[in-house]
Amino acid sequence: MEQKQALHIVGTKTFVVVWAILIFLTALTIEVAELQLAKLSMIANLLIASAKAILVLWFFMHLKYESTFFKLLLLIPIGTITIIIGLTFSDIWYR
Amino acid sequence: MPLWQGNPLELLHTRLNRCPTSSSSKCIYYIISISDSGLTITMTEISPTPHKSIDYTGAKLGMWLFLFTEIILFGGMFLGYSEYRQVNTSDFHDAAKEMSLFFGALNTIILLTSSLTMALSISAIKQGAKVRSMLLQATTIILGAAFLGNKFIEWREHILHGFYPDSPELLTMSHGKILYFGLYYVMTGIHGLHVLIGMGVICFMFVLTQLNKVSSTDYIKLENTGLFWHLVDIIWIYLFPLFYLIK
Repeated sequence: MEQKQALHIVGTKTFVVVWAILIFLTALTIEVAELQLAKLSMIANLLIASAKAILVLWFFMHLKYESTFFKLLLLIPIGTITIIIGLTFSDIWYR
Repeated sequence: MPLWQGNPLELLHTRLNRCPTSSSSKCIYYIISISDSGLTITMTEISPTPHKSIDYTGAKLGMWLFLFTEIILFGGMFLGYSEYRQVNTSDFHDAAKEMSLFFGALNTIILLTSSLTMALSISAIKQGAKVRSMLLQATTIILGAAFLGNKFIEWREHILHGFYPDSPELLTMSHGKILYFGLYYVMTGIHGLHVLIGMGVICFMFVLTQLNKVSSTDYIKLENTGLFWHLVDIIWIYLFPLFYLIK
C-alpha cells in the first residue's frame, strides 16, 4: 500500500531567510550577554535561544507543514521537561 | 458483437492481479485471439512490477518519537546544569571566563549553516536534483567536521590549562567550578558524539543518494536524517548561551 506523500517543497529563499534571522539572533544574544544585566540577560538569552529553536523546528524540521498531530505531539516532551525543571526549581528555591 | 474491444495484451496487463507478488517470479500467458484472418496464439511474459510499500508518515513519526527521547536525555542534563548553577552562581560565573566566546560563536554559526545546507539538500532531492543534494549533504558533513575540529581545539586548550575532570589544578578549586567543568565536558561531549553520529549517518545517506536508493520518490531516510541533525543544532543553540554567555 503506497501512501500519498504530501510533496511540499520549501523554497531556497525561505530557508536562507530563516538562516539569516538565526544568525542575527545569535549576534543579538551575544550583545545581550555583553550588556551584563545578570539575571535579566540570562532570561533574555534563554528566550532568544527558544526563539531560535522554534525557528529551526518550524521551518528546518518542517513542523509548519506537518499535520496538527505532530505539532501537538511535540508538546508532550516539552511539557514533560518544563514540569520536571519547574517542579525541581520550586523545591530548590525554598531550600 | 465482440466481448471486448481493444488490444488484448494491454487488457491483460491492466487487469493483471493474479500474478504472484514476488518480484522474482514471472507469469506466462497465452492469448488466443480469433479474427477474420484466423486463429492467433500469442505467448507473453509478464512480471509484476516490484511494489515496495513505504509508510511515509509512520517512518517520520518513528523518528520524531526517537527525537523526543533525545530531548529527555539532554533535558535531564540541562536540569542538572540549571540546579548546580542556581546553587553556585558566582562559581559558574568565574569558571565561564575560561570559555572562548570566539569559538562558541563560530561553532554556533557553523551548526546553523549546516542546518541550512541539510534542509536545502532535502528540498533538492525532492526536486530530483541528485547532484545538488549530494553536494549539500557533503557540505553538511564538512561543517560538522569543522565543528568537531573547533571542539578539539577548545578542549585541548582547557586540558592544557589543567581544567579536566579530576585534574590536580581543578581539585584545588571551589566546588562550583568543578561542577561547571564536569557539566561542560559531559554535555558538550555527548553533544559532540551526536554530531559525529549525525555525520556518519549523512555519509551513509550520501552513498544511498548516489545509488538512487534515496530519490525524489523515496526520500524519507534523508528527511529523518535531517530531523536528527536539526535536533543536534537545537541542543547546541541552548548549550551556547548556558556555557559561553554567563557574564
